[in-house]
Amino acid sequence: MSRELEFEAGVEPERYELTALLRYCFEVDRREFFKFLGTGLLIVCVWKDAYGMQESGSDRGTRLQSLPAEIAAWLHIGEDGAVTAYTGKVEVGQNIRTSLSQAVAEELHVPISKVQMVMGDTKQTPYDRGTFGSRTTPEMNLQLRKVASAARDVLVGIAASQWQVDRNRLLVGDGKITDSANERSVEYAALVKGNQLTGTVPAEDPLIPATHWKVAGRSLPKIDGLDFVTGKHRYPSDQKLPEMLYGKVLRPPAFGATLSSLDTHKADKLPGAIVVHDGNFVGVAAPSAEIASRALAAVHAEWKSVPQISNKELFEYLKQNEESGESGGLVPPGSLARSDSSGSAFRYEAGSVEKALASADHRLQQTYTVSYIAHVPLEPRAALAQWSDDNLTVWTGTQRPFGVRAELAEAFRMSEERVRVLMPDTGSAYGGKHTGETAIEAARLARAAKRPVKLMWTREEEFTWAYFRPAGVLEVSSGIRNDGTILAWDFHNYNSGAMGIRTFYEIENQRIQFHVTRSPLRQGSYRALAATANHFARESHIDELAHLVKMDPLGFRLKNLKNERLRAVFEAAAKKFAWGQNKPAGHGFGMGGGFEKGGNVATFAEVAVDRSTGDVKVVRMVTAFECGAIVNPDGLLNQIEGANIMGLGGALFEAIDFSDGRILNGRLSDYRVPRFSDVPALQTVLLDRKDIPSAGAGESSMVGVAPAIANAIFDATGIRLRSLPLVPNGLKIS
Amino acid sequence: MATTRQLNVNGRVYTTDADPEAILLFVLRDHLDLTGTKYGCGEGQCGACTVLIDGKARRSCITRLADVAQRQITTIEGLAKGDQLHPLQQAFLDEAAMQCAYCTSGMIMSAVSLLSTRQDLSAAEIRRSMEGNVCRCGTYPRIVSAIQKAAEVMRESRP
Ligand code: FES
Ligand code: FES
Repeated sequence: MSRELEFEAGVEPERYELTALLRYCFEVDRREFFKFLGTGLLIVCVWKDAYGMQESGSDRGTRLQSLPAEIAAWLHIGEDGAVTAYTGKVEVGQNIRTSLSQAVAEELHVPISKVQMVMGDTKQTPYDRGTFGSRTTPEMNLQLRKVASAARDVLVGIAASQWQVDRNRLLVGDGKITDSANERSVEYAALVKGNQLTGTVPAEDPLIPATHWKVAGRSLPKIDGLDFVTGKHRYPSDQKLPEMLYGKVLRPPAFGATLSSLDTHKADKLPGAIVVHDGNFVGVAAPSAEIASRALAAVHAEWKSVPQISNKELFEYLKQNEESGESGGLVPPGSLARSDSSGSAFRYEAGSVEKALASADHRLQQTYTVSYIAHVPLEPRAALAQWSDDNLTVWTGTQRPFGVRAELAEAFRMSEERVRVLMPDTGSAYGGKHTGETAIEAARLARAAKRPVKLMWTREEEFTWAYFRPAGVLEVSSGIRNDGTILAWDFHNYNSGAMGIRTFYEIENQRIQFHVTRSPLRQGSYRALAATANHFARESHIDELAHLVKMDPLGFRLKNLKNERLRAVFEAAAKKFAWGQNKPAGHGFGMGGGFEKGGNVATFAEVAVDRSTGDVKVVRMVTAFECGAIVNPDGLLNQIEGANIMGLGGALFEAIDFSDGRILNGRLSDYRVPRFSDVPALQTVLLDRKDIPSAGAGESSMVGVAPAIANAIFDATGIRLRSLPLVPNGLKIS
Repeated sequence: MATTRQLNVNGRVYTTDADPEAILLFVLRDHLDLTGTKYGCGEGQCGACTVLIDGKARRSCITRLADVAQRQITTIEGLAKGDQLHPLQQAFLDEAAMQCAYCTSGMIMSAVSLLSTRQDLSAAEIRRSMEGNVCRCGTYPRIVSAIQKAAEVMRESRP
């Protein structure tokens, strides 16, 4: 599979997300299944590895060969009529528990309240690479629809043969099959009673077309919302076991520091406290969090650290530390878990950039930068680990339960069968919870303590010892004709990633390249990945070009844009926003948009700049979004609004400040995240394309925010800002 | 020998042997198993840990046990009356004012305190009063709507 084809499939290589290796392939053993599920009907969705192409990196070929078939999901209907769907996907606030239940209910013609989802439990659910990349809606939603519709088919078949009637005469609805000619009906429960029925899903199974969706396509409230508003839901950090101890880990003063001396005798004396020392790992477990904290404070350790760079030198560093070819040394030495790098450099070329530049009427060369930022999931990492007879069970908040299982198996040199990872619905992640540091630490402490141990990272630990959205340097050089035709496009991204790097404007001569570089900080996946950086640079540069040839930024974009779906969102947003209308003094309008992961987005922003104080306020934002057929409109709106608000933080003020292996603003009082007062008036236009398969929305909808705001600031002030965050300390107007 | 003390939470008297210097948030969560109150920052910056002390919103992550010994503490678990949700809980459900919902209990408790004195707040006043509560998922506009909606319900049901 060539890189080019991957683009055609809409799946770009992205280095920071491709981590989960498929360790083995499930054997479908019927008896095993029914033993833990109970008798009834079981439908397994087996798919050929159609998604192996997502994986990039050198081992792709071998992986494909080892994947004859894979189970994506399964569904069970019990003797009591209970419908349970099993998926390795997890819930981190994107409300997929609701949207996936909705899909099953629709295909199976049962009320949604009858459907239970078991998610992200490595013992009970099928293998899954992870919940990221907005793949749940396009993939899992489809898989579950398929198993559910296959189950429906099997049930209709049984009823038809029991009644000896043509199956086409039977109607399905409300958990029953009805033969109206003979005025009889039968419940699913009765049909499966005493049976061990199995089926697999043929890939080409017909599905209910989007135009006929009944449950799906409607807005449904969060399925277990009551547990959340009453405080009943148990997040990973709320898990408890009898005899459980509380853990704490001693952190080095800087990244990559190594332990040179350790004195634990004071800590050892505290009642019930256990101090664990293993290499550079020092941790304590104690009967209460207070004792654990005191024990940790009583540990005396000396560390040796190495000099490291600060954020002032960052962009220069990235430019100078390009690595040839495959992935680079992204992990600071001595850090406990591995980084997520398995990708490689990317390059695309068409026509001749040099010739086109030479013949252009105008040339423009600019550099854009983006900072490291933190995910700040409101629930910091947490894990509860328990050993029994050399088997390990860990409850933790992660987007990759199977990946964390593999990390645990590796850390403790045991087979994956003896590790079980469960993922209770978690307090958000945004791409920041792919790794299993906390799980490993809790398990290490629990093994020494011979009791279950819970470890909750503090906010400061989450800021410092998780990983960051990659920083990047983006260099763009372009050539344009007087009539506004873009002739040449030379686009280079250093470090931040390849996601969304291709231009969707029609440009004959292009060179687009992602350069892998060393990173001074540990970096990894983040909502929308590099698409945010790439869209920021591209859409800012496009705006600069429009001004260069004195064209309206909207007209300029449409002139260079053929893609119908993109044109549609730009036009829809422009209309809603009333682009071109008069604006108050000190206000500016701007836009940015693009295509990412099956979602098309255009964002228009209005900013108000106070010239005396330098305050920049985003007054309103209009987003037009289209991601194919809409499954749950209100859920989609919620995701888009949320992504826009999160995008505001990275656009305006979020940045990690670091020096010499230390994070300087790693707490909420020092690192600013969007709050109530930062939120502009938000309007969202949803374009529903029932003829196009649904795609996810939690990420793509945020890519237009930063360039729209930057372009609006330029419109208001004539000041062009090319670094994210744009105004961490307000705007300097000279 | 650890001494015990009494704590009045959600109308119930609990006995705990926690240190008087212990942080209320962890006493609630670890000792009393009331885990609806969340840890988000530990420095009074996010509001996830908000509880009511004598009806007023307080950040339990920066409150010492000794300071609340004689006071009435209300947590999210104590808000509903049996099956009857508090108007704010109902409004958060109705407005789908949550994604991961980790901020939800703190948001609701802060809003309960806010609406206990006034139910005629404008959206701008609500935003200003809730500034200390963070929703990283960005459901702020929905939270404002939910609070407005609950305020309306509370206004109407006033005798
Ligand atoms: S945990 Fe108390 S304010 Fe954040
Ligand atoms: S809903 Fe996730 S933090 Fe508010």
